[in-house]
Amino acid sequence: MEKAIKRYFPIFALPTFAAFSIGFILPFILGVYLSFCEFTTVTDATFVGLKNYIRIWGDETFIHALWYTSLFTVVSVLTINILAFAVAMLLTKGIKGTNIFRTVFFMPNLIGGIILGYIWQLILNGILLNFDRTLTYSSAYGFWGLIILMNWQQIGYMMIIYIAGIQNIPGELIEAAKIDGANNRQLLRHVTLPMVMPSITICSFLTLTNSFKLYDQNLALTAGEPSNKSEMLALNIYNTFYGRTGWEGVGQAKAVIFFLAVALIAIVQLRLTRSKEVQA
Amino acid sequence: MTNVRKAKHGWALTLFFSLLSIAYVMPIIIVIFNSFKRKIFISNRPFQLPDAKSFVGLENYINGIEKIEFPRAFGYSLFITVGSVFVIILCTSMCAWYITRVKSAITTGMYYLFAFSMIVPFQMVMFTLSKIADILKLGNPVGIIIVYLGFGAGLAVFMFCGFVKSIPLEIEESAMIDGCNPLQTYFKIVFPVMKPTAISVAILEAMWVWNDYLLPYLVLDIKKYKTIPIAIQYLKGGYGAIDMGAMMAMIVLAIIPIVIFYIACQKHIIEGVVAGAVKG
Repeated sequence: MEKAIKRYFPIFALPTFAAFSIGFILPFILGVYLSFCEFTTVTDATFVGLKNYIRIWGDETFIHALWYTSLFTVVSVLTINILAFAVAMLLTKGIKGTNIFRTVFFMPNLIGGIILGYIWQLILNGILLNFDRTLTYSSAYGFWGLIILMNWQQIGYMMIIYIAGIQNIPGELIEAAKIDGANNRQLLRHVTLPMVMPSITICSFLTLTNSFKLYDQNLALTAGEPSNKSEMLALNIYNTFYGRTGWEGVGQAKAVIFFLAVALIAIVQLRLTRSKEVQA
Repeated sequence: MTNVRKAKHGWALTLFFSLLSIAYVMPIIIVIFNSFKRKIFISNRPFQLPDAKSFVGLENYINGIEKIEFPRAFGYSLFITVGSVFVIILCTSMCAWYITRVKSAITTGMYYLFAFSMIVPFQMVMFTLSKIADILKLGNPVGIIIVYLGFGAGLAVFMFCGFVKSIPLEIEESAMIDGCNPLQTYFKIVFPVMKPTAISVAILEAMWVWNDYLLPYLVLDIKKYKTIPIAIQYLKGGYGAIDMGAMMAMIVLAIIPIVIFYIACQKHIIEGVVAGAVKG
């Protein structure tokens, strides 16, 4: 059978692979190469070695964006996952209206980042109006504003995954623990948490990469104001490319560093949480 | 005994979640009533309901639709999303079946490349991808579908491969013995079995493409073609001044189709998210 299928490569695999080459492989290889070049467009590149990578570290906006993004990622991953898990625990108790609540909490996920940014700009500026401030008054407002926005958007999504995980725990396991005299806290710590570890792996992976790569919400909510102080990495890279002439090479080098950081975080996180997963 | 206790807690929880749900949809409700208010009242008194003085009827809607040609943006968004999702489902599922069934160094390499592409952030390829798309004249609503197939292939192929591995070979073999060629086998036997995975992939990809901002912004010729997120961001203008009236009205128009779609396909969306998370 394999032989019969093999001849059909041009029909089955080629369209996707050709598009994948245009949309990913070629841009990726060219991107890595250009990070070692000085250029204004893809056809006028001259090789300059590690110069771009050295110039990055003299750019204060990048260093600031790196810290800002890291701190944002830590806070948002913790808040989103803890709240989503708590909501999921409460919504699996079989109370009235569970389906409606689930529907409501999930809805913000379907709204795009740009639109979410402008919705929350209105709300948060409206609240800050009482104190004669705006979101762009200081980068701390932008920071907590984005945290609130991301929680509002993502809790529903993670909650859905946690609910599926909690419902997968075999009932006998909980019964057995109860008969053995486990109280609610012990039940949570020694039965529920280890059993939903696969969900925790997925949710922390998704929130981690979503937060670290955040762009649309950042652009719409504060656009990096005041003076690039609420600018996250993705926006910083965009502004280096398209806002500063002569910095295209540095922008591409930043993008490579950004990619390596995302890959590293993803691998370390998966290793860390996978190792805690158990079998029933 | 436990039932009685559960019911007591249940009512308190239902009440708590009802209030929380109302708080959760509040931002959207505030945007809706602000969309009927005069500009100045939106930024100065965002939490006040429209009254005789601030009410402007549909002025913001008419104004906004004129400014960003909303119906056209909606048309482009719809065309690009439906087209991309259709092409992605068709091409990547065929590709996934091929690379799972035909075992060679090339197909294994392709599989790992697809999986690898999932962790690469868009910023890594944004500059080179937009230049390549420009050279290949893909900056129109049809061309961008090829870009989406290429950049979105990773997740889709990965999910389909996971499913194909679970389909027993015997069914396909007996179809081939009965005289089906691989194309017939695929469309008559394999694809119908893959339907649940196809729905998951379609939902995840549709959520991404519909809300995507940066990729179409860089790839499309945005003087001619604006999708909804690009049109909304365009309202901000070059000088940071936002027409809040038009912004609120356009946000409402952008959200309405999403909410209708969500209510109609809620079950599939939530199941799709869970299935996608488990396999991703």
